[in-house]
Amino acid sequence: MSTPSRYWREIPQRYRLEANSCTKCKQKFFPPRLICPECGSRDLVKTKIAEKGKVISYTIIRVPPSQFKDQAPYAVGVIELDDGVKLMGQIVDCDFEDLKLGKRVKIEFRKLFKKGHSGILCYGYKFVPDS
Amino acid sequence: MEGIVGYGAYIPRNRIKVEEIAKVWGADAPSYKKGLILEEKSVPSPDQDTITMSVEASKNALKRAGIDPIDIGAVYVGSESHPYAVKPSGTVLAEALGATPEVHTADFEFACKAGTEGMFVALNLVKAGIVTYGLGVGADTSQGAPGDALEYSAAAGAAAFIFGRDKVVAEVLDTYAYMTDTPDFWRREYEYYPQHGGRFTGEPAYFKHVIGAAKGIMNKAGMQAGDFNYVVFHQPNGKFPFRAGKILGFSRQQIEPGWLVNKLGNTYSGSSPLGLTATLDIAKPGDNILLVSYGSGAGSDAFILKVTSRIDAVRNLAPLTRELLNNNKKYLEYGEYAKFREKIRKAD
Repeated sequence: MSTPSRYWREIPQRYRLEANSCTKCKQKFFPPRLICPECGSRDLVKTKIAEKGKVISYTIIRVPPSQFKDQAPYAVGVIELDDGVKLMGQIVDCDFEDLKLGKRVKIEFRKLFKKGHSGILCYGYKFVPDS
Repeated sequence: MEGIVGYGAYIPRNRIKVEEIAKVWGADAPSYKKGLILEEKSVPSPDQDTITMSVEASKNALKRAGIDPIDIGAVYVGSESHPYAVKPSGTVLAEALGATPEVHTADFEFACKAGTEGMFVALNLVKAGIVTYGLGVGADTSQGAPGDALEYSAAAGAAAFIFGRDKVVAEVLDTYAYMTDTPDFWRREYEYYPQHGGRFTGEPAYFKHVIGAAKGIMNKAGMQAGDFNYVVFHQPNGKFPFRAGKILGFSRQQIEPGWLVNKLGNTYSGSSPLGLTATLDIAKPGDNILLVSYGSGAGSDAFILKVTSRIDAVRNLAPLTRELLNNNKKYLEYGEYAKFREKIRKAD
């Protein structure tokens, strides 16, 4: 997501969670694929991934990449969404002592990082507790 | 009749108390708390801004409206803290909702009144038959200079309203606008913090326009204070809305459901719109609501709404505003607040 054009290409997924699924074997892909790797079908239709799920793994980042340094320490987790898709992302608005495997979370629209003082602002999904 | 088909709110979880700010600047917290009727305010996280809060408030409005976002023909974001100087907030919002590409989008700016401006235009495009649904959002991560009186109140939040003709939860019976050129509060280009005229922000600014707009719309509609179940005024502090209400003949009971400022702060363009969401959360079918915004510079927009029976079916489809205000709060110390609000000068 370091250039405006790459950021722009990922907008349907970052903003709207757009995925696709195979009409033959029902497999779901995020980001979308052109060909189903399970059955080889090219017959895929647009869909969305679920907006809620549970934490199946997480870690606390204390030494972050430079563009995330103001957010450290922060949690990153693998979330199993309610439709079975597994997705990695930041978990925010959650005190670390409350972060547990199995915790219910939902997707929220946040600023991911900004490109220096004058570059573009990059937005997308993060996870927050589903209270 | 045209009106609101869905409404939604968003408030960040961070709070800072008046005492925490006062202690840094050697100010007397009890006198600020009593004088402004303020206890604490909301603070955005570093990953939250006008755009992110607009998206979340609008998603909540969509949940209540139950419409396909592609049918939204106009998206307007009112704010004095648009994240970009040049590049619209509205395009990000429209894209995130799935309303693009056949949508008219604009960013509004008029101090604290920008939210109701977007609502006014979205409503009138629906009334004119130009769009099926129009979205108006008021959102701000407002700035107060360190140590200034504004720092105790400048807060963050967003409220979104989808206007349409079908499945209306609150009909808009009338609208009215009252403006003059009044330099009570401003921020010049490239300046980080706004400046204000101190006491000049009161009588010739807030009260003149709020009262002018409220009297104007009531005269136009042939209604009086007693005809309304609720009234929502712009809330720069806790005191001003009650004083305006008293002058106009409204009781505390009519004001209090939409009066959030003591625990929320002044969310600028989100202020009176958030008060309206909290009022809709508790309103009953048939209730009349008067909404009067205020923006420095200066002017007020006024709306008269009549709640429909649909309110009971949609109210709990998204978080209630007072739940967002009272749940999952995190209190910040001043240092963390200063970091979050980028008040600390750092090396690259």
